[in-house]
Amino acid sequence: MNESHTTEPIPNALLSQPDFAVPAALAAEADELITHYPVKRSASLMLLHAFQDHFGYISQQAVVWIAARLELAPINIYELVTFYPMFHQKPVGKCHLKICRTLSCALGGAYELHEHFCKKLGLDAKAHGPQTTGDGKYTVEFVECLAGCGTAPVMMCNDTFHEGVSLKKADEILKGRGQ
Amino acid sequence: MPQEHRQILKYVDQPGYTPDIECYLRHSGYEALKKAITLPPKTQADGKTTTGPEQIRQEVMISGLRGRGGAGFPCGLKWSFVDRKSGKPIHLICNADESEPGTFKDKQIIYKDPHQMLEGMIIACYANDAHLAYIYIRGEFVEGAKILARALREARAKNFLGRNILGSGYDLEIHIHRGAGAYICGEETGLIESLEGRRAYPRIKPPYFPAVLGLYLCPTIVNNVETLCAVKHITAMGGAEYAKLGTPNNTGTRIVSISGHVKRPGYYEIEVGKVTIGELIHDPCFGGGLRDGRKLKAIIPGGSSAKIFKAGEKFKLKGNSLLGREAEKEVELLDLPYDFDSIIEAGSMSGSGALIVMDDSTDMVEALSNIAEFYAHESCGQCTPCREGSLWMAKALHRLTHGGGRSTDADYLLRIADNIPGGRTICAFGEACAWPVQSFVGKFKDEFIAKGAADEERRMKPAASPQC
Ligand SMILES: Cc1cc2nc3c(=O)[nH]c(=O)nc-3n(C[C@H](O)[C@H](O)[C@H](O)COP(=O)(O)O)c2cc1C
Ligand code: SF4
Ligand code: FES
Repeated sequence: MNESHTTEPIPNALLSQPDFAVPAALAAEADELITHYPVKRSASLMLLHAFQDHFGYISQQAVVWIAARLELAPINIYELVTFYPMFHQKPVGKCHLKICRTLSCALGGAYELHEHFCKKLGLDAKAHGPQTTGDGKYTVEFVECLAGCGTAPVMMCNDTFHEGVSLKKADEILKGRGQ
Repeated sequence: MPQEHRQILKYVDQPGYTPDIECYLRHSGYEALKKAITLPPKTQADGKTTTGPEQIRQEVMISGLRGRGGAGFPCGLKWSFVDRKSGKPIHLICNADESEPGTFKDKQIIYKDPHQMLEGMIIACYANDAHLAYIYIRGEFVEGAKILARALREARAKNFLGRNILGSGYDLEIHIHRGAGAYICGEETGLIESLEGRRAYPRIKPPYFPAVLGLYLCPTIVNNVETLCAVKHITAMGGAEYAKLGTPNNTGTRIVSISGHVKRPGYYEIEVGKVTIGELIHDPCFGGGLRDGRKLKAIIPGGSSAKIFKAGEKFKLKGNSLLGREAEKEVELLDLPYDFDSIIEAGSMSGSGALIVMDDSTDMVEALSNIAEFYAHESCGQCTPCREGSLWMAKALHRLTHGGGRSTDADYLLRIADNIPGGRTICAFGEACAWPVQSFVGKFKDEFIAKGAADEERRMKPAASPQC
């Protein structure tokens, strides 16, 4: 019996960004970063950081652009986006709350803190992975040890660390954020 | 009276001490580098001459410094393994990935005294004839990376870095490389893969010992932030003088991160082995004791990968008596000196210097479940025993903490954990994920069995019959 199969391409998990355009400053930053290494490929993580800082997430087009600049196949960049937890495959909220869930913070009330944020923002405290509010303002995520265990519970709001976060302090962090 | 001995953290947290180079220079910053780089060749008793860099390597060897990143491997010995005859360039990497749960010491240095770390790093590079070095910093230290970038610019402007450093003819470039949230990047060969722009899949040893086949397959030294700071102090004071700090074979000072159920969690720098675990927990100048009305249940002495100690445990240690004969003595947990060797002898490790304290309010099954979830999330996935084992253990612990446990789960967990480490995996993460399970379940087995049995009993009970 001879069955013929049409093979569907494996869908790309990343989003397409039709209006993708790399400003000259970003391209220059990328080229400068590449000079830090004797082998171009080494710059891939730093380029991904630079692109994520600029666009907020890593799109299919960004992967293709970075790969071309480093003379690599797109898969070499794509496999990094899916391996390293800090790279976002889709946009996150303006206020990205990362709450440490690891032992010292758990002993210090991290789960209560996470639940508090989820309740306040109408998210599911039991859900797995990052969650973003419907209005796109907030993302709440549990992360692993943030190297601040002495002042548990510890969290980050975007790039800023917050230590010893009581529920009251949590409300202050929320106030005026994500606008 | 036990007390802190602040050498690396001497100025950190002092009012008015800032991370800029001017402040560092006012506190005799870069004096050790100046000393190192101007060391003249020395003629030894046997007529051989040693160069300045060789002398620094000797001092580090004499100092007895052991790595502060996790393994406690002697730094001088590690440097002596570097293949200097290969004709390939030698690279140095500062491991600033700090992500072992419980550890928060390197962050203090990076954020508050970055030039101290740079000075140690530059000296280490000079001593090892490295001309290109990287700081691998964990991705979440966004601010830290900026602080270091500024420090690098300042050091370059003062010619502590770059071409012809301080007129010595020695060139060195240091760059910052940011990780992106993966714990396995702390493992040195995973770190190297990540620095080469790939997934952080650790390399198999042999043949990929960094000292021989490291970054770009060139000889490479990977040292922890704190280790490199110690190199600065060894250069300044001399190896023999440094070795007087601490205890034999456990020399110098080290920063202990104390977290969990103590009144004063925080980072404390001690002379290695001069302070006991009990003092770290209870002394008012360290942990300050447990919260009121609580009793000690257990501690993890060296970051979450280290085996747990149960309160009241006693160990037989082989101490050398004054007569040089080996004498065995029994030591209670709280009297165990905080050093490398005693804690290894007691069956665990001081690892990254992170002491996690748990009082009697802690549910051991919950605590282990938390740790197991970490390892299941962080396994890089290359080796089947580690990838599958870490996940199965986390799943079994999840059901034990969510009402679905079985009385056989304790043995099930041990069976999995026993089959991960011992050369079945590429890197030491295999050990790191098995040790907590082996030690928690081994030492608190009743709790694990009781929890599973209670769940079973609940499931056996017929559902309450609906009321008529
Ligand atoms: C799973 C794993 C994670 C590690 N994480 C770190 C880390 O975050 N920071 C660190 O300095 N060393 C870490 N290490 C130890 C490094 O592999 C390496 O031994 C260390 O950086 C060497 O530096 P040292 O000799 O100065 O201690 C880790 C090791 C393993 C197996
Ligand atoms: S032991 Fe685990 S973390 Fe290490 S290489 Fe194997 S799968 Fe990866
Ligand atoms: S456990 Fe939360 S910061 Fe380390």
